[in-house]
Amino acid sequence: MSDTETDRKVRPNRPKGVVVIDRDRCKGCGFCVEFCPTGVLALSEQINGKGYHPPEAVAPDKCTGCGLCGMYCPDFAIFGYRPGKQASEVD
Amino acid sequence: MTAVVNPVEPLLRTERIPHIWCPGCGIGTTVNCFARAISESPDIDLDKLIVVSGIGCTGRVAGYLRLDSFHTTHGRPIPFATGLKLANPELRVVVYSGDGDLIAIGGNHFIHAARRNIDLTVICVNNFNYAMTGGQVGPTTPTTAIGTTAPYGVYERPFNLPYLAASCGAVYVARWTAYHVRQLAKSMKEALHKKGFTFIEIISPCPTLYERRNRLGDGLARMRFYKDNSVIDHDADLRSLDIGFEGKITCGRFVNIERPSLIEAMDTRLSDKLGPKYQPIGNGT
Amino acid sequence: MKADPRGVLTGAHYIDGNHACCEGAIAAGCRFVAGYPITPSTEIVERIAVRFPLVGGVFIQMEDEIASSIAIAGAAWAGKKAMTVSSGPGISLMMEHVGFAVMTETPCVFVNVQRGGPSTGLPTLPGQADMMQARWGSHGDYEIIALCPSSPQECFNLTIDAFNLAEQYRVPVFMMMDECVGHMTEKVVIPPADQIEVEPRHFTDLPPEQYLPYKAGDDSVPDMVKAGDGYRIHITGLTHDERGYPVISADCQDRLVRRLVGKINRNVDSITRVDQDQVEQADVVVVSYGITARVALRPIEMARRKGIKVGHLRLVTVWPFPQQIIRELAGRVKAFVVPELNLGQVVLEVERCAAGQCPTLLVDHAGGTVHDPDRIYQAIVEAAK
Repeated sequence: MSDTETDRKVRPNRPKGVVVIDRDRCKGCGFCVEFCPTGVLALSEQINGKGYHPPEAVAPDKCTGCGLCGMYCPDFAIFGYRPGKQASEVD
Repeated sequence: MTAVVNPVEPLLRTERIPHIWCPGCGIGTTVNCFARAISESPDIDLDKLIVVSGIGCTGRVAGYLRLDSFHTTHGRPIPFATGLKLANPELRVVVYSGDGDLIAIGGNHFIHAARRNIDLTVICVNNFNYAMTGGQVGPTTPTTAIGTTAPYGVYERPFNLPYLAASCGAVYVARWTAYHVRQLAKSMKEALHKKGFTFIEIISPCPTLYERRNRLGDGLARMRFYKDNSVIDHDADLRSLDIGFEGKITCGRFVNIERPSLIEAMDTRLSDKLGPKYQPIGNGT
Repeated sequence: MKADPRGVLTGAHYIDGNHACCEGAIAAGCRFVAGYPITPSTEIVERIAVRFPLVGGVFIQMEDEIASSIAIAGAAWAGKKAMTVSSGPGISLMMEHVGFAVMTETPCVFVNVQRGGPSTGLPTLPGQADMMQARWGSHGDYEIIALCPSSPQECFNLTIDAFNLAEQYRVPVFMMMDECVGHMTEKVVIPPADQIEVEPRHFTDLPPEQYLPYKAGDDSVPDMVKAGDGYRIHITGLTHDERGYPVISADCQDRLVRRLVGKINRNVDSITRVDQDQVEQADVVVVSYGITARVALRPIEMARRKGIKVGHLRLVTVWPFPQQIIRELAGRVKAFVVPELNLGQVVLEVERCAAGQCPTLLVDHAGGTVHDPDRIYQAIVEAAK
């Protein structure tokens, strides 16, 4: 199971992040879903052109733009960022 | 208003994506860490950063990076890299290859490069088998594991790579798994900035072959396994770092020492002996 | 362009072929050598180890011949002229990387100071039994250039030519010496640097956005770059397209391999070098190369005094083989005589090109010493009948 958010308190000024998913590159390995610290992602019911289930942001407001999804993705199919910062400055 | 892109994108030959690696393979994950290490190193001139690979799944990394990259023969990225570096010491050379390529057929070159302390960063993705050719066992396959050339299970003892590297004189030795993305990126950054032979072993899933044949689940199951069964101990005794079949994986940065690199030693000795007559190799033709 | 005077030991020297080869490499601009000791070639790298630090070169004794043969490719891609040196057993180990240099179009020089073989054979004694290996030793379809010196002076001269050909055609080039020529001490005259023609590396003048590593012009030879200049090239031994990216298809294979082979095949006339002595009116032509060409001089002279019209065709380049000359001669001579320090290698090419128009007499020798000149003489007499 991924790191749970049970010990995270909802703070009004928690950083907001955006996750960007390239559905066609995804091979449905599940790393991003597993290792997102705030549980933003889940594998979609839909499939992409190659028959894989890409992730979707089921809880986008929980994204902090930490970028861990992008670090884990072996297919370069997802990344997170914090708007207002360059993507390369994430985290 | 510039479009926001995946931080790894500028480093990729995007015209060659999708790559050939399987779903759940960890090689791509290590490439993200490499990209992170580079993006946090504005002092690294990407034009002078050269990647050299051998043959194998990890060997394909060279082909996907938008750097001067060389996909050489099986087992030989290290001596090729040695030639590059000696001929132009201004180049920063990274060898990015797999366990079979670097340690079996490339074993002799590995130990000598470490001994010489040639200024190279060697990134060894260890997925415990020869994946590209269909899952044969190799010198890092844990005892009792199955591969196509050991259908009844390996009865050899595998190498303990950090111990091997350290014993040969590597000045920086670290091991992480593909789960430890942050630590891995940090290690890569350290290794890239350190003079001498720096070595990073990365335990990575091969879900199609090693994991499937040994019924260890898919890539995700293995990443969870790494998370639950690895310990980080920078001070671990190197001799204790063997990896048994489904055994504990000790990670960390085990060696970080200083000693003259090959080129430093060469320049020192030749200057001593020849004085002003010594002509180091120029960087032009 | 002229040789860099800093590397040129102008003057008359009394040195052996191995030492002359080292000086030839330095005069040619070679500044990287990776090697491994093997008799009878070792003196070359030993002299390189002494000379290189004084002329801005780097020598490294690698852990084996396999490492040496790929380290020179690395150095070539860093922009240096590079060479390795070995003998039979080591050359056998290097064969994969000869192919790698062919496939990636890496200019470099391989020196084989031939000894008795096969296997460990006769380490300290001459042979010429690696001639076919130089042509076919690596796997796959390819052509090769191989030069055969017959004297220490030629060890100097032809090493320079080897580097020049390597740059001109972006290929690995073989220097096929032998133990005799390598260890023979003779006068070697090294001219002033401004009299030595040296082929520079043909770097592109295109900017990175336009440059393709394997796009060739009319001469089939792409311009080169070196690592670190911002071209962000990808070089692979896999079959590749003009971008250098692997393309695993029969179509790409056909285009690439035919171009690689064509680089040499289409330029045979400019690459081939032979010495012809009284060949035009000859009834018998002795075809020889390397040290055996020296040994053949006396029997040829003796035969001429006996009234036999003997021509001497000395192959300075054995590969690519001068097919046209042999074909043409075969139509008008009584026979060829081919003495070689092996049990019949280059003779196969002579026979092939003669295509039955005239007989070919092999004077073979398993190696270990040079021919008894009398055997060559007897063969000439036999051929003249």
